[in-house]
Amino acid sequence: MAIKDYIRERFFPHMWCAGCGHGIVLNGLLRAIEQIGISKNDIVMVSGIGCSSRISGYVDFHTLHTLHGRALAFATGVKMSRPELKLIVPMGDGDALAIGGNHFIHAARRNIDMTAIVMNNRIYGMTGGQYSPLSGYGTSATTAPYSNIDHTFDVVNLSVAAGASFVARTTAYHVMQMISVLKQAILHKGFSVVEILTQCPTYFGRKNKLGGAVEMMEYFKNNTTSVGSKAKQENPELIERGVFVRKEIPEYCSEYEKIIQRATIG
Amino acid sequence: MGKPKLKEHIINREWCKGCGICVHFCPKNVLELDENDKAVAVIPEECICCRLCELRCPDLAIEVITEPSEVSESSEVSETSEV
Ligand SMILES: Cc1ncc(C[n+]2csc(CCOP(=O)(O)OP(=O)(O)O)c2C)c(N)n1
Ligand code: SF4
Ligand code: SF4
Ligand code: SF4
Repeated sequence: MAIKDYIRERFFPHMWCAGCGHGIVLNGLLRAIEQIGISKNDIVMVSGIGCSSRISGYVDFHTLHTLHGRALAFATGVKMSRPELKLIVPMGDGDALAIGGNHFIHAARRNIDMTAIVMNNRIYGMTGGQYSPLSGYGTSATTAPYSNIDHTFDVVNLSVAAGASFVARTTAYHVMQMISVLKQAILHKGFSVVEILTQCPTYFGRKNKLGGAVEMMEYFKNNTTSVGSKAKQENPELIERGVFVRKEIPEYCSEYEKIIQRATIG
Repeated sequence: MGKPKLKEHIINREWCKGCGICVHFCPKNVLELDENDKAVAVIPEECICCRLCELRCPDLAIEVITEPSEVSESSEVSETSEV
């Protein structure tokens, strides 16, 4: 199927600003799904609230647009009742790791089979550029006009520590890698996290004088490197991209099914 | 598998927001923004059909059509991770 068959064309052009990286995530995700060849009816996309979360309105899967920070909780309910469906949960960095942080670590710890995509633009886009837990020390935001003193989470380290069985990072510039890691994450049985660094030229870019979408993507190109590369040893400031963790451990819904079997016999 | 040959770029002018991402990152400088800030292919004969413009467009507004038939999906080269 062509990727146009996976979208709700009637809602285009979409609401994201010119050059918003969220659109590139949508683009890459559609390619990944098309290449895997999953039927639209076997996918459920669950999102919360934010510019990023608006993605669920544009795809022609089963979709649930829920509450800010609660996408993983709703997705857990769907997956527990219909474990045969593929769950994809795109979230903003605020959605996933500020208000939704607790849901995030516990979904990872349970290893429930779903793909969490953190569309990390380091700011609250939808509400006007407030800082998020991913903005980082020294950045500017509408709520940090004299510079932010909060340190950032490292989404990869956090996900690994919380127990996610597949963890990857890429950027809106690295589209081939984005498609590749999304495919791997979707096919992995367990809780998969894909962090995608994405540009919000309207708020993060403007507040931090980073230029427009093109310059922000140049930044991703020039300030990241493949995980374990020699470049990282030479320049520890570089952000690593690639697959960090992939392990097979018991999956939550499968284990729950065994409990049902045991209880029914007993 | 032979080299893909360009048939045309289909650019959806209703969806294109003129962000310039496709223009800036095209390895062959095939694309430009016109006076209405919409992407256009100015030197299509230089296009190597890498499809990076199509894959990086945040608005799903540009499509690279090759002939005679669709070539292998771009994912084949994806493992390099440089893009
Ligand atoms: C319970 C609740 N609290 C606060 C809000 C207001 N709100 C809407 S979106 C948002 C944050 C958006 O930032 P992020 O999740 O990073 O997504 P982005 O818009 O940057 O893609 C907030 C605080 C809300 N809708 N619901
Ligand atoms: S405000 Fe930022 S995140 Fe929201 S659509 Fe615009 S560029 Fe994208
Ligand atoms: S990347 Fe897409 S939206 Fe941006 S200028 Fe090119 S065709 Fe238009
Ligand atoms: S397919 Fe590649 S070479 Fe051709 S216009 Fe697009 S980015 Fe440029």
